[in-house]
Amino acid sequence: MMGRLIRDLILPKLDRGRLGLLADSAVLSEIAGQIAYTTDSFVVSPIFFPGGNIGSLAVHGTCNDLACSAARPLFLSLGLILEEGLEIGQLEAILQSVATAADQAGVEIVTGDTKVVPRGSADGIFINTSGIGRIESPTGVSPDRIEEGDEILVSGPVGNHGMAVMLSRAEFSFDFELESDSASIWPVVERLLELGPGLKFLRDPTRGGLAATLNEIASLTGKGVTVDESAIPIDRPVMAAAEMLGIDPLLAANEGKIVAVVAGGLGGSSLDLLRDCPLAQGAAVIGQVNSGPPARVVMNTRIGGSRVVAEPSGELLPRIC
Amino acid sequence: MSENQESRTARTLAREIRDFSRMTTGALRFMEVCGTHTMAIHSAGLRKLFPDNLTLVSGPGCPVCVTEKSFIDQAMLTARQYDACLVTFGDLVRVPGSFGSLATLRSEGGRVRVVYSPMQAVNIAAEEAPRPVVFLGVGFETTTPTVAVTLTKALSEGVRNLFVLSAFKTIHPPLKLISAQKDLDGFLLPGHVSAILGSDCYTYLAEEFHKGGVVAGFEPLDILLALRDLVRMTVEHDFQIINDYRRVVRPEGNPAARSVVEEVFEPSDASWRGLGVIPGSGLAFKGPYARFDAAVHLPVEVPLTKDDPRCKCAAILTGSITPDRCGLFGRECTPEDPVGPCMVSSEGTCAAYYKYGVN
Amino acid sequence: MCLAIPMKLVEITREGSGKVDAGGVRTDVVLAMVPHAQLGDYLIIHAGFGIEVLDQDEAQVRLDLFRELAEVTQDLEDA
Repeated sequence: MMGRLIRDLILPKLDRGRLGLLADSAVLSEIAGQIAYTTDSFVVSPIFFPGGNIGSLAVHGTCNDLACSAARPLFLSLGLILEEGLEIGQLEAILQSVATAADQAGVEIVTGDTKVVPRGSADGIFINTSGIGRIESPTGVSPDRIEEGDEILVSGPVGNHGMAVMLSRAEFSFDFELESDSASIWPVVERLLELGPGLKFLRDPTRGGLAATLNEIASLTGKGVTVDESAIPIDRPVMAAAEMLGIDPLLAANEGKIVAVVAGGLGGSSLDLLRDCPLAQGAAVIGQVNSGPPARVVMNTRIGGSRVVAEPSGELLPRIC
Repeated sequence: MSENQESRTARTLAREIRDFSRMTTGALRFMEVCGTHTMAIHSAGLRKLFPDNLTLVSGPGCPVCVTEKSFIDQAMLTARQYDACLVTFGDLVRVPGSFGSLATLRSEGGRVRVVYSPMQAVNIAAEEAPRPVVFLGVGFETTTPTVAVTLTKALSEGVRNLFVLSAFKTIHPPLKLISAQKDLDGFLLPGHVSAILGSDCYTYLAEEFHKGGVVAGFEPLDILLALRDLVRMTVEHDFQIINDYRRVVRPEGNPAARSVVEEVFEPSDASWRGLGVIPGSGLAFKGPYARFDAAVHLPVEVPLTKDDPRCKCAAILTGSITPDRCGLFGRECTPEDPVGPCMVSSEGTCAAYYKYGVN
Repeated sequence: MCLAIPMKLVEITREGSGKVDAGGVRTDVVLAMVPHAQLGDYLIIHAGFGIEVLDQDEAQVRLDLFRELAEVTQDLEDA
């Protein structure tokens, strides 16, 4: 059964030359330069959401982890754990999304594994992807390189993935056009690499949203971070849904965005570099690293007040109060 | 208005608040009755704009905060004993009971479904039938009409497996209690509860207790406007009730909403965390709606609960102290690992202070 | 205790129910408490229920007041 699954379903969709060899290990060509290597497991529910599914997420998520190390994604492994009873149609759709996402990201899936577990042991399907990339930043990106005066930018509007998933829950009856922003953002990073040593740090604001990443920057550096609420790009439907459900859009996950810390004064040039990048439409400089309260994120609010953006805790929940 | 215009308006109002505040040598202490106001004030970072002698304390208008721990215990026991599906607003999911929270129950395989609208409980009841479905009823006058309408529909459709565990509360009993006891100068009155009750229902605050009250909306400018009027009337000793949310709140409120509540519910005594039992401050089911009472039809033995004696939620709810005065705040009690509901509720005073910082 | 936002009534689906819209996101709404609501009205929506109809005249009064207040600061800061 497994053999047929691999032969008839998985390989036709995913084989780009190496996977189909079904070797015990994929033998890769030599990679010049430093190698980045990462792994991630995807156990999300629901497995299908507006604008994507667990398959595309598994590709984008790992590619983006590589991109955050300034590494061009090259190769992926794909580990599938299938719950017995998963509909073939769903599996097909997920595999197709994996294939499309991998092709768009320019990565080859070179090795994989598939297991079936008893009903109830998995939420439909769990996926693990490990990724290999080649680092293309000579100076490297790291929180140690961040200094006071550095500027913080985000590659586009935030909260789309988290809010799209929230709105699509079965218990709610919302009509909306909002979709996940799930995408492989290497093309955005590739452009920012032209800043040379001016590019200090990269992070994708997934779980916990922009708030989590800003707090990470503050706590990793021990420095103060200040952002301007009016500079943070948020799409209108995201804002509306967030207000309706009582959710802070800064806490909602993003799967196709990057937060970059660049040297002070380079904010404008960074935006110029991103101007014609389709994955960075709406990019904006939102704040800076400064001598504010250490390890704290302070936001200047639209109305002229100020508050701390706290570290998010726990799942995103709608409220009525 | 453009963003620049709005911030100019804010600066004018902030200046007026400061100017009026200077007309008194003493401190000005007001209570935000409604937890949603607490959230809105912190979220917009308004405290930065307040003068030093102005203090806002958070009141009991946080349904999750004032719900006793035993309510969560009862919900969890009901779910386990009757294999019931719990239906709840998101606010309750992480509130700690004596044996964990609804989130704990869910991670153990218990059925806990989060809804945006109580009406969805009717759909869920149909899906889950014949399994009992228990809606966790918390909320004040804004929310109770929505549940009342839901139950009139459930009654007319003959839904047999839907129940409600009531912890509904009304705002006037605690407000009267607090007005009599507390060292407060006035109240920022709830916006949407007032949409239901009307702005005319608060005159006793001024007439009996000589305190001012302003019904306020939830935009930052609405709150600043209301505070300006509250400060002005207090320093001028001109205690009255002002409605600064007239685009939503009418003097007589929403009679249609009130009448459906009266059809389904009747006043009962209720226990408030931090305030004890307040007579007539809760809602019980009336007439044919008694069939929905989970406490009667799905009875469980709820063990006597003991609150952590170090937890200061009670004093925080009545406005006696600020969160930073509680020894557990930020140490044993954080949003990740809350002791009392004031920390876990998204609008709890402690959660707001912790997340947004004390300016 | 009352998270509610204004949303535009864009459809009346049947007796007592409709659809409201804000920012392109639509949801079902119960109209039992706002029997006088009409298409195009802005309703205050709490937990999927309309609890009141926004009074456009009062909204305008508020806007006018806020604009005046904005000008006070504008004049002060220009001076």
